[in-house]
Amino acid sequence: MAPNVVLVTGVSRFLGGHLAARLAANPDIERVLGVDTVPPPRDLLRRMGRMGRAEFVRADIRNPLIAKVIATAKVDTVVHASLSANPGSTGRTAMKEMNVIGTMQLLAACQKSDLVRKFVVKSTTAVYGSSPRDPAVFTESMGPKDLPSSGYAKDAVEVEGYVRGFGRRRPDVTISTLRFTNFIGPRIDTVLTRYFALPVVPTVLGYDARVQLLHSEDALAILERATLHDLPGVFNAGADGLLLLSQAIRRAGRVPLPVPSFAVQPFAQVVRGARLVDFSPEQMRFLNFGRVVDTAKLREQFGFTPRWTTQQAFDDYVRGRGLRPVIDPELVTDAERGIRGVLARLGR
Amino acid sequence: MAGARVIPIRSVARKQQQQQPAGSAPVRPIPSMDEVPPQDEKPDDQEQVREESAWERGLTDALAFVRKRLTGDYEVDEFGFDRELTDNVLFPPLRPLYEKWFRVETIGLHNVPAEGGALLVANHSGTLMPMDAVMTGLAVRDHHPAERHLRMLAADLVFKFPVLGALARKAGHTLACSADAERLLRNGELVGVWPEGFKGIGKPFRDRYKLQRFGRGGFVSAALRTGVPIIPCSIVGAEEIYPMIADVKALARLFGLPYFPVTPFFPHLGPLGLVPLPSKWYIEFGEPITTDQYEAGAADDPMLVFNLTDQVRETIQQTLYRLLTQRRNVFLG
Repeated sequence: MAPNVVLVTGVSRFLGGHLAARLAANPDIERVLGVDTVPPPRDLLRRMGRMGRAEFVRADIRNPLIAKVIATAKVDTVVHASLSANPGSTGRTAMKEMNVIGTMQLLAACQKSDLVRKFVVKSTTAVYGSSPRDPAVFTESMGPKDLPSSGYAKDAVEVEGYVRGFGRRRPDVTISTLRFTNFIGPRIDTVLTRYFALPVVPTVLGYDARVQLLHSEDALAILERATLHDLPGVFNAGADGLLLLSQAIRRAGRVPLPVPSFAVQPFAQVVRGARLVDFSPEQMRFLNFGRVVDTAKLREQFGFTPRWTTQQAFDDYVRGRGLRPVIDPELVTDAERGIRGVLARLGR
Repeated sequence: MAGARVIPIRSVARKQQQQQPAGSAPVRPIPSMDEVPPQDEKPDDQEQVREESAWERGLTDALAFVRKRLTGDYEVDEFGFDRELTDNVLFPPLRPLYEKWFRVETIGLHNVPAEGGALLVANHSGTLMPMDAVMTGLAVRDHHPAERHLRMLAADLVFKFPVLGALARKAGHTLACSADAERLLRNGELVGVWPEGFKGIGKPFRDRYKLQRFGRGGFVSAALRTGVPIIPCSIVGAEEIYPMIADVKALARLFGLPYFPVTPFFPHLGPLGLVPLPSKWYIEFGEPITTDQYEAGAADDPMLVFNLTDQVRETIQQTLYRLLTQRRNVFLG
């Protein structure tokens, strides 16, 4: 059943903002409300306004006021896309407040409203953790070997827990939990896109993570599909195929800088201090072991096949960002041709 | 060898292969050796120049390989298996060890199906390095007509170590857990498992060729759930390469290892102690034990799982005893 009034959280960032804009362009939807604590960047705001009638409500989902917004606007579908991995300038405590307490408030407001029929939450595959004792490919029914003790992954686990609780109390609400892999794409800005843009990319010595990505446009399409259709359940959302971290660095034409694991913590602090990339401990663990999820359920039950594979999405990011390769593939090809020419002459 | 009987598995594709006597030492040249030379960086020192065109082709391939590596232009599967790297870089340095040092002889390779999922179960040894697993993988890759890659199930300790863990993943191996095992088998891969685990690899020299407990039979459940055949595999020779004469428990605890071995040469000779003794090896692949005749849910019948586990274990143990009685000398065979 198509929704009438949609409320989207986290519209100041890429996914939330662009989702709100897309939904607003859909004539079947009566009204689209975008909620966030800070207004979206100007270009995003313009897009939301131009493409439709998305309204921006400056509100904090940690505040009970959100219940009033949901009640008065007669919201029937809530898309919770504000779960954030980037502590940014606000720091870890504020991020946790926003993620966990915000979700609790939002769910409380939804439970109060009889009109809410659908709840879509953007979660993350970080809930599976990342350790050497994990199976190579996670399916939706698996749990982490070691529960994440802090950070974004723990927030996501707690958020999913609250959403499950909400589902028990309101069995009439259709709940879609989408566990996304890391996003990549020319337009989106994440820790990972900034990481691969560094000219010298720090890696952990002796480890080569398996990295599964999802193109940001595919992510948007998945969120949109979950909003427009009734697709209850938990779904892994990732592209087909994967890249090894070393391979990705080479594809981007960067120079890897292996750091021994004992030096990783201090090194990450320096990098963070220089405001280059915000590395949290769980991101470092991710760079050690990586993570791959099974997306059969997404394709078969959810009915969505990502348009980009991991490799294609990554290449699109490299091209779209105009990353100037430090090691130019042209140079390598030229060198290859040169050596072959010289040796052919010698052999004659 | 007397024990290797020919049983038809894949009738059409395998016909030709079965014409030739299976069971003697393979003498045919390894096809992959003359395809791509195993250089990693410098492609100019070719090993054997037979004719100009072959030489040039080899060089072109090597250069293309290096370029693909440098630009990240290759594919890995969901387990991180890098086929190109495994065939061109990881396997070549192991071949002299296989052919000249251990002089491995394979028996009954036709029992390994040419396609589809199958679970290879073998006895474990090696103390310092799981050389038996590595050599079995090379045997299947080089001497099986289908040139299959053996995807092994390894202990989590392997993936905890830097370098080793990454290499194991690139060579196509994964964690020994039912999820990964079943996933590989469903994908139609040939999976290798050494169910004795650390009890097998870290047993003292006096216990050589005495099979330890076969885990908890998890490998049988995985085979039952996916309906693939189990191929009992017996490895003779591997248990003498690093004779373990003592286990220093205190050091093992200190380093967080399951055991700390002392061999006649390790650890007091340092890296020299890592040189394995040149024993003569036999790897016998036994007749497949089919599991697809059991109905669904058979994997949840513990009695059946125990019985099958025992059957596999007994088969390997008996084959080991037979091979040992036929062997006259540890080093000469």
